[in-house]
Amino acid sequence: MISGVKLAPWLATIGLFLFWEAVCRLFSVPEFILPAPSQAIAALIQYWPAIWQNAFYTFWVTLVGFGLAVVFGLALGLVTGASALVYSAIYPMLVGFNSIPKVAIVPVLVVWFGIGTIPAILTAFTISFFPIVVNVATGLATLEPELRDVLRSLGARKIDILLKVGIPRSMPYFFASLKVAITLAFVGTVISETVAGNAGMGHLMLTASSSFRVPLVFAGLLVIAVMGVGMYAIFALVERRWVGWAFRGAETS
Amino acid sequence: MTAFIVLERITMTYGGAGTDTPAVEDASLTIGRGEFVALVGPSGCGKSSLLKIVSGLMPPDSGIARVDGETVSRPLTMVGMAFQNATLLPWRTTLENVLLPLEVSRSHRGSFRRKRAEHVAAARALLKTVGLEGYEDHAPYELSGGMQQRASLCRSLIHAPDLLLLDEPFAALDAFTREELWDVLQELWQARKFTVILVTHDLREAVYLADRVYVVSKRPGRIVYERPVALPRPRTLESTFDQDFIDLVHALRDHIGEVRAA
Repeated sequence: MISGVKLAPWLATIGLFLFWEAVCRLFSVPEFILPAPSQAIAALIQYWPAIWQNAFYTFWVTLVGFGLAVVFGLALGLVTGASALVYSAIYPMLVGFNSIPKVAIVPVLVVWFGIGTIPAILTAFTISFFPIVVNVATGLATLEPELRDVLRSLGARKIDILLKVGIPRSMPYFFASLKVAITLAFVGTVISETVAGNAGMGHLMLTASSSFRVPLVFAGLLVIAVMGVGMYAIFALVERRWVGWAFRGAETS
Repeated sequence: MTAFIVLERITMTYGGAGTDTPAVEDASLTIGRGEFVALVGPSGCGKSSLLKIVSGLMPPDSGIARVDGETVSRPLTMVGMAFQNATLLPWRTTLENVLLPLEVSRSHRGSFRRKRAEHVAAARALLKTVGLEGYEDHAPYELSGGMQQRASLCRSLIHAPDLLLLDEPFAALDAFTREELWDVLQELWQARKFTVILVTHDLREAVYLADRVYVVSKRPGRIVYERPVALPRPRTLESTFDQDFIDLVHALRDHIGEVRAA
């Protein structure tokens, strides 16, 4: 049973690729419309030096943007969740800001900072910031009223309630949001590189598609997907390590 | 017996006066120091609201609550509370959960680190008296519902409060576990003699544990009947089959029937 669950994602992924390969061959789909996985992988090998260089660039730009989002998201989430006043004051603003397509602000960032790394970092930051804030704030704001009563009737200070109960309690929400945020951060970086970049996977794929090297575009997409899955897996592991109690509790109930 | 808690003509409405049917209306009662009092009544009758008023977590619209001679105007400290839900912190061990009040309460937090060894010994001793010896380092999810509730009782008593407020603490447990915990609570109370207000809708539980039982009417909650329970202590499960016990439960049952029909 357990081995079945562990094998399932690999089998499903391989199945998808086989299906995709079969469809392309069966209907002789031209490679400039939809290249088969084998063609994408061939392009990946052929252009590896360029892909590697751009992937590495995209990777660290994403990590910097994501790191900023973690620091500021955690801070704002704690402030928002700890105070009902701040929560009601800024929550609509956050929702509004999150509704803005991030591709629309890249040109503005370019006007401010010029083409290149900084707009990409800031786009990754703005897109991954929101889920962290919302999750941390939710974790703090949903403290059980009984528990709050227990603590208040002991004369506990707000800071004690926050440190002893609020923050530990919101940590599972925080780690869950990191998994979402890291994948979004890749989206942000690639958007910015595509719209206004001179390096990175977005820039590489835009250049490739404008010269109809579609297999290279798909090779790029695969690389981004692999980076996203890899980072997701790392944060899932960190989550299990740090807030395992949240999972063990759920398994027994 | 000296009056420890006095409620005088308390009326309280959620959301402020005049907005809704009051949860509590014109409720008055007096509880002596060290007395064990039970409030019984149909659900939603404002029993829990009375606890919140006594503890100062919620102000009444009118009337006065006094505890130990002083008018309650802000949350009392040195009160122990336990609820239907054990609300243990899942990331702390049982022992650490029991120690929580000492870490945060106004009178202990300053000296907690210094006296940690002493507090840990006290917590272990308390866990032992409720039958949780050997479970100190277990996480709450490893404990059964009854064991979690025992730990929750320990948490509510570790700081030796003068007043223990219990809001249907055994309601979610199966009948056998519940009766076991009656004895645990009775034993703790007999040893330490704190004042208890127990909110419950289990009439046998009320008669088993309390010195005095108040019947609260359905919303708006009024105190409609007061009945002293003079049965000898310690009460045992065997004594719940005595005629005196059964008569008392029966009398209370009749009053509950009246308030539900009214």
